[in-house]
Amino acid sequence: MIAESMYQELILEHYKHPQGRGLRDPFDNEVHHVNPTCGDEITMRVKVGEGGKVEDVSYDGQGCSISQAAASVLHELATGSTVEETLSVVEEFTRLMQGRGKVEPDEEILGDAVAFAGVAKFPARVKCALLAWMAYKDAVVRSA
Amino acid sequence: MSTEFDVERIRKDFPVLSRELPGGRPLVYLDSGNSSQKPTQVIEVMREHLASHYANVGRAMHVLGAESTEAYEAARDKVATFVGAPDRDEIVFTKNASEALNLVAYAFGNPINEDPRFVMGPGDEIVISEMEHHSNIVPWQLLARRTGATLRWFSVTDEGRLDLSNLDELVTERTKIVSIAHQSNVLGTVNPVARVLARVRQVGALMMLDASQSVPHKPVDVAALGVDFLAFTGHKAVGPSGIGVLWARGELLSAMPPFMGGGEMIEAVWMDRSTYAPAPHKFEAGTPPIVEAIGLGAAVEYLSSIGVDAIAGHERELTRYALEALGEVPGLKVIGPRDLQDRGGTVSFTLEGIHPHDVGQILDDEFGVAVRVGHHCARPLHLRFGIPATTRASFYLYNTPAEIDALVRGLHHVRKVFA
Repeated sequence: MIAESMYQELILEHYKHPQGRGLRDPFDNEVHHVNPTCGDEITMRVKVGEGGKVEDVSYDGQGCSISQAAASVLHELATGSTVEETLSVVEEFTRLMQGRGKVEPDEEILGDAVAFAGVAKFPARVKCALLAWMAYKDAVVRSA
Repeated sequence: MSTEFDVERIRKDFPVLSRELPGGRPLVYLDSGNSSQKPTQVIEVMREHLASHYANVGRAMHVLGAESTEAYEAARDKVATFVGAPDRDEIVFTKNASEALNLVAYAFGNPINEDPRFVMGPGDEIVISEMEHHSNIVPWQLLARRTGATLRWFSVTDEGRLDLSNLDELVTERTKIVSIAHQSNVLGTVNPVARVLARVRQVGALMMLDASQSVPHKPVDVAALGVDFLAFTGHKAVGPSGIGVLWARGELLSAMPPFMGGGEMIEAVWMDRSTYAPAPHKFEAGTPPIVEAIGLGAAVEYLSSIGVDAIAGHERELTRYALEALGEVPGLKVIGPRDLQDRGGTVSFTLEGIHPHDVGQILDDEFGVAVRVGHHCARPLHLRFGIPATTRASFYLYNTPAEIDALVRGLHHVRKVFA
């Protein structure tokens, strides 16, 4: 049924084998975001280098498969890109998540994050998917 | 009373139970601890009142006003009988259990209440427990902050029981009020009221019960319990939302100040002062939830017609069945008592390596099984067990063993998805 399409193989894969998990040094900024309704939380560190290049996104936290997989995918997408590039991905991801399942995702921009498209149909879970991404945006903005 | 409990006949009273969910799934409603479904008997009484008898209560001098007032006050009689209140005027209608708890908390440390039992300041103590719903925590935190009194609490044992090992150190001459759940909304634990109350009486304090999870499910007699205050809510007892109940001993209600000021709670009003109506109206300022109160009256009548003893027996069998069936799901850990002793039909659990939100999502979406996931408004209890959330199945008179089978099938599938 619908949830089956939410739990894409890619999401489950990232949940079971999270990429880049664990807090690392050095970093410019650390933020802690929580989702008070379900208790999900994430601590995120961002290190930005020469030319606005994101050198590392490290994180630790707890929560459901959607929130944890979203952090893992974010780590993969952001590391090595420029801050500017990543912020446009964050913007597109946010647009997709807040689109109530009616937004056609731009795969060019989103890459693997397109797998979360199904989550947008579940209003209660949208904030799970956005937790890490909002934390990232917050950390990057503070680093700038 | 020993007639066979006919759950199939009861299910026919609840229209929602025969609806289909999108995708043709049947509904398996295991979330009655959150809010219960409503029988036709309640829906019809409310519809009929709105259609033919509705007017404001207590102030309208016409036929509809009289009929509405009569129905509203008759609901109070029904509720009083249902919980064994010695006097109908000891039943105060509130918005919900939270309001009832806040109303009582507001009576303490209140400059307009000089009764020594309610005077509160630094050095005085309030005692609650770690297994409370937020509605029996936050009002007391606020009271402690207002008055400078100290908030203390019972711990919870690993088995999910109230830890009474330090009862005498916790409840002392400094204690003014002890407020605990009659039955935990997460653990299902039924607390040993008599033991706590004996100590409360020894030290001359007052005692309140949050009975939101007990009144709908088992016989509760306030006189037999012997406590001072008891709160519960209508929507968990097959009644509507928007109506709750505070029962308190009449002489305490007389001593307590109004919680809210407004219409119908007064005796006489001058520009600079007022005198107040006697209880319960002193605590029912403004137009009350009229139809909701009448609906609650119908709800407790419905529960009595089935027999609350019989309902408790049915839930006990369901809980026995559920504890056994859930015990066979690998990686499943019940948070709360694993035996039926002093335990109601609420079973919370964790599933190793799988977050409750994922559990709830798949149960709902593929099996139509409605459970609650999260901290169930009892975050401190979850912190105590070192977990962020649980999945909770809660049973009521209309649930069946087949529905527990559906839950278990769903949980096996959840494990497969996340294996």
